[in-house]
Amino acid sequence: MSQITPVSWDDPFRLIDQLDEDERMVQQTAHDYCQEKLLPRVLEANRHERFDREIMNEMGELGLLGATLDGYGCAGLNYVSYGLIAREVERVDSGYRSAMSVQSSLVMYPIHDFGSEAQREKYLPKLASGEWVGCFGLTEPDHGSDPNGMSTRAVKTDGGWRLNGTKTWITNSPIADVFVVWAKDQDDVLRGFILEKGMKGLSAPKIEGKFSLRASVTGQIAMQDVDVSDDQCLPGVQGLKGPFSCLNRARYGIAWGSMGAAEACWHAARQYTLDRKQFGRPLAANQLIQKKLADMQTEIALGLQAALRVGRMIDAGQLVPEAISLIKRNNCGKALDIARVARDMHGGNGIADEYHVIRHVMNLEAVNTYEGTHDIHALILGRAQTGIQAFTAE
Amino acid sequence: MKILVAVKRVIDYNVKIRVKPDNSDVDLTNVKMAMNPFCEIAVEEAVRLKERGVASEVVAVTVGPKAAQEQLRTALALGADRAIHINTSAETDEKVESLAVAKLLQKVVEEEQPQLVILGKQAIDTDNNQTGQMLAALTGLPQGTFASEVKVEGDKLQVTREIDGGLQTVALSLPAIVTTDLRLNEPRYAKLPDIMKAKKKPLATQTPAELGVEVASKVTLLKVESPAERQGGIKVGSVDELVEKLKNEAKVIS
Repeated sequence: MSQITPVSWDDPFRLIDQLDEDERMVQQTAHDYCQEKLLPRVLEANRHERFDREIMNEMGELGLLGATLDGYGCAGLNYVSYGLIAREVERVDSGYRSAMSVQSSLVMYPIHDFGSEAQREKYLPKLASGEWVGCFGLTEPDHGSDPNGMSTRAVKTDGGWRLNGTKTWITNSPIADVFVVWAKDQDDVLRGFILEKGMKGLSAPKIEGKFSLRASVTGQIAMQDVDVSDDQCLPGVQGLKGPFSCLNRARYGIAWGSMGAAEACWHAARQYTLDRKQFGRPLAANQLIQKKLADMQTEIALGLQAALRVGRMIDAGQLVPEAISLIKRNNCGKALDIARVARDMHGGNGIADEYHVIRHVMNLEAVNTYEGTHDIHALILGRAQTGIQAFTAE
Repeated sequence: MKILVAVKRVIDYNVKIRVKPDNSDVDLTNVKMAMNPFCEIAVEEAVRLKERGVASEVVAVTVGPKAAQEQLRTALALGADRAIHINTSAETDEKVESLAVAKLLQKVVEEEQPQLVILGKQAIDTDNNQTGQMLAALTGLPQGTFASEVKVEGDKLQVTREIDGGLQTVALSLPAIVTTDLRLNEPRYAKLPDIMKAKKKPLATQTPAELGVEVASKVTLLKVESPAERQGGIKVGSVDELVEKLKNEAKVIS
């Protein structure tokens, strides 16, 4: 006979009971840090489009950067823990989570898995501590969803490579010390390179006027005859597999992170509609409001379960890109819907940044788009079940 | 010098407390638990003393059910070297009272011979504020309670205590017992690599029976109730109405 237990409205499936002790402790550290140190800063950072650089050092100090890697000052956590961190950081702001996941999944991961031992020893400890900031250059002004069509070229020189091209929408690039850049060689083979700030011909202008992820800095990477030695090429990978394996891990984290942002909006909407009285009673006393809250609770509970399942699969050694596409697409799309509805439930106050919800709405517009748009992930899922690719007309 | 730190598993301070429908106790089902905040301060102080080279070993101890090992792991992740879990059965853990805890800790003190024992001044669940004082009495060691500053000078300990209306500084001979107040320090976050390393640190388990301590409760809990809900205020139209209500409704003047 099963016993009826009291409901946890904010965790109806008892996700907390599905975590082991380490995972709960990791979540606790991430939660406490984010709520106590990040949340108080985000309003001004977002309002004035400013990234507080020392956040990277703080995250490094706690071990939040490259947390899944072993050695080189990294914690060696599993991917469920990584997801929990992303959720806690993005509960505060998607921009902060972007800065963390780029450093972890898109810079440290490829150096760790595709780099030489010398490259690992040179870059990973300083990236793990936050002393160095990294960025990842794949997207180009004319090549977004179709990275294979990229224009950036790496031409073999005597003892090295010469890089030319432009990357755009690059998180962290204006403040980056290390740039993992993807370029095609003369034989059209995609290769990864590690560039460093100050190299001749390398610049990283900031993109101004963003209405999304304002607490994180975004820019371009412009390469004009940047000469690097062979030591700067990632020896362990060629072809799209390189950037895609990075993106798989980052997208997985985004699936968790977007749920954190959605939870923040949901909790805010619940509290606001409980506190706000109109027509002599709380807004939450209305069926329309309760239906919206029930929808939010449902989508978030399901989205978190899906993310946890994929995390357990990755930790068991089964990395299924389609499953990652499914949760990235679903959770970002649902989070954006939830944020917009939460904004609506806040009435006029919902557009003021001090209520935080509008910031999540604006952030999630980018999160729904970057690292594979909602529609592009649909095409990945469509291809997987029909066997027909619909990216190009053949 | 060896420091023993006692920690307690309690309901997380962010959680809204729920009383069981039959008013028999607080409902702990599906409630988030955490280390008592004053115990976190105690761990932090011990770890800082170790980092300054004053202490050589920090041992964390708890009395509670198996789940309380999670709080010991937290203490290990924060910098304790090893941990002792005194395992009380699930049926009795909620009823282990301050005196029983103090007697169990006394046995641990006899075994470990620490120069300093640091405890939280009270646990935020039942707010007894007794265990540290009882432990001092049982062991015959000097006590410095409600500490806002702790200084070790040779075999002496200087403890600044937060008392009503000011600060009192006492000098104790080591070994001694200290209980922490809120302003002693600001505890650090457990670093992720340290959480992983904590798994490899030793954690020993003992039972009250092995220590020869009877933990059965001497107190019968009659009833637990939520605080009365605050009634909304009203506006009165005149001074006369106010006086009338104070006399006849509130009955505070006659």
